[in-house]
Amino acid sequence: MEIERPRSLDGALAALAAHPGADLLAGGTDLMVEINFGRKRPEHLIVVQPLAELRDLDRNGAVRVGAGVTYTRLLAEGGGSFAAVREMARTVGSPQIRNAGTVGGNLGTSSPAGDALPVLAAFDATVVLRSRRGERRIPFADYMTGPKRNARAPDEIVVAAEWRDPGPAQTFLKVGTRNAMVIAVASLCLVVERARKSVRVALGSCGPTILRAGEAERFAEELIDESGWDEPLDVSEAAAARFGELVAAAARPIDDVRGSARYRRHVLGVMARRALERVGSVVA
Amino acid sequence: MRIHLTVNGLEREADVWEGSSLLTALREDLGLPGSKNACEQGECGSCSVLLDDQLLCSCLVLAAAAEGHRIRTVEDLGKDERLHPVQRAFVDAGAVQCGFCTPGFIVASYALLRDNPEPSEAEIREALSGNLCRCTGYGKIIEAVRRASREMYR
Repeated sequence: MEIERPRSLDGALAALAAHPGADLLAGGTDLMVEINFGRKRPEHLIVVQPLAELRDLDRNGAVRVGAGVTYTRLLAEGGGSFAAVREMARTVGSPQIRNAGTVGGNLGTSSPAGDALPVLAAFDATVVLRSRRGERRIPFADYMTGPKRNARAPDEIVVAAEWRDPGPAQTFLKVGTRNAMVIAVASLCLVVERARKSVRVALGSCGPTILRAGEAERFAEELIDESGWDEPLDVSEAAAARFGELVAAAARPIDDVRGSARYRRHVLGVMARRALERVGSVVA
Repeated sequence: MRIHLTVNGLEREADVWEGSSLLTALREDLGLPGSKNACEQGECGSCSVLLDDQLLCSCLVLAAAAEGHRIRTVEDLGKDERLHPVQRAFVDAGAVQCGFCTPGFIVASYALLRDNPEPSEAEIREALSGNLCRCTGYGKIIEAVRRASREMYR
């Protein structure tokens, strides 16, 4: 095993160009477990965790979150248009894990259970990749292609996620067997971007990738068309139930050690109803 | 590979396997067995240390990547003859049963009280949510953190 500890992003990109496909070590919460358990013996390992170029967090205008930003740093941000980001960050692992784990790590691993990913999907985020060949910007929907599969080339590093501020009507919910230290059985992020008359719902841990619930989104948009995009939405019980059904129907869950497909669909319906009720009343 | 670590204020050197975790380096190479090795996947918190003052699981830190950072382990918080108030409180509250998880809880409680001198019970529970204890049922651990808070900040 050869360890490279570059001092700059350029140095990391050069090391990766020399050894395409080398493993990248960010917060270590995934890769170190693989190494500790002998499931992975990387030939080349590049430590990217301390790189200052990956640590930017900019919320002036377009939002940019560097790949090396930890969940603890996201939690320290103010709410408003970061409400769902904060709710998501608080569900990640424990203080120890939140101090280590990064958004870039979630993107690199691309697990369907990665907590940040439904938020990035619902925010229509762009994934920024860099290599010595240059920079590529890929919509999240095209970035993640399957369980632990993504569009990152062997010589590329995820440097940031970017998105347009969608306003404060947003929330993230996650279900697991306890509050802390839990991998999602199912998770959901709902955004009502009032300024653009757009509703977006993304589901985690309920399919091979992060799924968007398109029919549920259109149903909610029609609801808000009627009540007015500048007005709080008073969600009737029937409408909330229908929204929940449509979200559950969009899932492609499997039975696994964390939960059954049937339970995942059930809990998605519950989370969707709660999310719509919670977010409907939020007007910028 | 040869690595140079700053542990508990001292410059230390160790010969480690490239893939070695900081936890293994501390326990096996540097004679600091206070940080415990249980799950090796960041779930139990018994290997908690401070790296540049941040609470981390040392099993998830690559030893070679810890070069250039300040590492503090439970060994640095108190001595046998002069316990840290957090350690004293754990003894007085009866928060130690088998003792295996205790060093991790001590470090995590220390980090909590450093940042939040008078935490509520909910804040204590959240701050210690990354540390598992299979003996005590946590009640006395929470009581110990309250005692330490009173002792340190009253």
